[in-house]
Amino acid sequence: MENLSDPIVQIRHLTKAYHRGGQVVPVLTDITFDIPCGEFIALMGPSGSGKSTLLNLIAGIDKPDSGLLKVGGVDIVALSEAELADWRAANVGFIFQFYNLMPVLTAFENVELPLLLTRLARNERRERVELALSMVGLTDRMEHYPSELSGGQQQRVAIARAFIADPVILVADEPTGDLDRVSADEILAMLERLNSEMGKTIIMVTHDPHAAKSAHLIRHLEKGELDVTA
Amino acid sequence: MHFLKLILRNTLRHKLRTSLTVLGIVVAIIAFGLLRTVVDAWYAGAEGSSATRLVTRNAISLAFPLPINYQERIHKIHGVTVISHASWFGGVYITEKNFFPQFAVDAKTYFDLYPEYLIAPAEMKAFIGDRKGCVIGRKVADTYGFKIGDTIPLRGTIYPGAWSLTVRAIYDGAQARTDTSQLFLHWDYLNETLKKASSRRTDWVGVYVIGISDSDRAAEISIEVDKIFKNSLAETLTETEKAFQLGFVAMTEAIVIAIRVVSFVVIFIILAVMANTMAMTARERISEYATLKALGFGPRFLAGLIYGESLAIALAGAVIGILLTFPVADIFSKQVGTLFPVFGITVETIYMQAVAAIAVGVTAAVLPAFRVARVPIAEGLQSIG
Repeated sequence: MENLSDPIVQIRHLTKAYHRGGQVVPVLTDITFDIPCGEFIALMGPSGSGKSTLLNLIAGIDKPDSGLLKVGGVDIVALSEAELADWRAANVGFIFQFYNLMPVLTAFENVELPLLLTRLARNERRERVELALSMVGLTDRMEHYPSELSGGQQQRVAIARAFIADPVILVADEPTGDLDRVSADEILAMLERLNSEMGKTIIMVTHDPHAAKSAHLIRHLEKGELDVTA
Repeated sequence: MHFLKLILRNTLRHKLRTSLTVLGIVVAIIAFGLLRTVVDAWYAGAEGSSATRLVTRNAISLAFPLPINYQERIHKIHGVTVISHASWFGGVYITEKNFFPQFAVDAKTYFDLYPEYLIAPAEMKAFIGDRKGCVIGRKVADTYGFKIGDTIPLRGTIYPGAWSLTVRAIYDGAQARTDTSQLFLHWDYLNETLKKASSRRTDWVGVYVIGISDSDRAAEISIEVDKIFKNSLAETLTETEKAFQLGFVAMTEAIVIAIRVVSFVVIFIILAVMANTMAMTARERISEYATLKALGFGPRFLAGLIYGESLAIALAGAVIGILLTFPVADIFSKQVGTLFPVFGITVETIYMQAVAAIAVGVTAAVLPAFRVARVPIAEGLQSIG
């Protein structure tokens, strides 16, 4: 259990570069900042600024070239691929711009996916999934496939999937980027509730200032560096 | 359970693609099974041979006959229980297409050597009592609709003239692999007819078939037989029935090898098709696999999904293919008539079909599974299927 006064994410001198055809393209340069536990932070910046890369690093789906990155007190850079997979399953909930639901699984089955990696019995899983889907207002859509749901409904399923395993942090990459204004507001309200009522730390990447307003803290990235003037 | 559910639903996701791939596997498995059965048919004679039967032929070539007086001399050898002889008759029934082997045999002794030819005693008696009679196998009877008492007109090729034989007996095979596509006539009738024509080919036989009491003495008796006729007018070569039959197969070994190669080429082609299907499938779903990875599912789980889907398609094709091989082989057998004396799908062929399908399923998934297991999550998430 992390102490609420400790930052949930500690980033020190983080750098990341991509190699394209023999050329080294720097994406993140010497990033240093903390994210307090229970925070709702928005990472903003223009395309190519490195905000999604930073989110991927924090979520443990990519590795930095150098620097320190601790999440919940765990140095995730030092973890092996297998350890990282287990760590993600237990600590991170993902919300993607295009929902990334499994098209062959129903809403219920999609939400249940992270629980398959736990030791919960079938009945316990069912109870949890039904509760999660009721929290996102989709009780009557449990047996529907993603193709039978609207964009907003699909993103709500994705949110239920993200918090079902009770992760420490939720990472959301442009969660409203593919939605109309009404659906986007619903999703943002849902994220706010997850933050305020369930105490989830939320790290959201967006270039929509309207969406960013939902966050309590906004960090700007510009050409791979934190814009301290913003 | 979820794992199997995901595999099943993924398999049925692109119904047309899956159906066409399954169809391809079905055709390949049928072709593979059929070709293997043809190869088996080639070896059927050797497989159906007995360890207690020896065949003595002219040492120069099978085309040269042996004198009839060798029979008594061979019979005196210790360990020989029965001796009989057979001569290739080579008659044509209406047209050359209606091929079935015909042998002029010593009617009284020949069938003692072949207990696998099941003949009703009354029919056997009728055959022995009629010099113009013949015994035919069940397959010949069924193919050409012959019944007891029917006359079979044959046009002689080796022994020219019109030959008319009456069906006196029809034999069944004791086992499925027993050759029932032959006709046997009296050698006495053939020999007497040749004598009447003042032919020089009287009192000669094609081969001697020797029954021995102890199969362990086969080599010893063979040497003894050949020793007796060493430096004679017609030296002999004696070998086991199996070796004799394999000698025939060896003459056409190139064809057998070609058929074997083609059967594996068929499997290789379907492997390429299947590998392409699985590569396309994995490429399209790379974003989904990356999502599963992000959620914490390991590379083994993802590889399992791909192997499972590939195997599901391959096994569906295999089951349908194996089931359809039976009617297809039946049609094929009817089309070729008595060309292949024994044409049946063996258990080994079914196993080989199943193994080939599993091998295709596993091999086709190797590269896509490897790629999916290795693809970085961030890169996979950006992929558009």
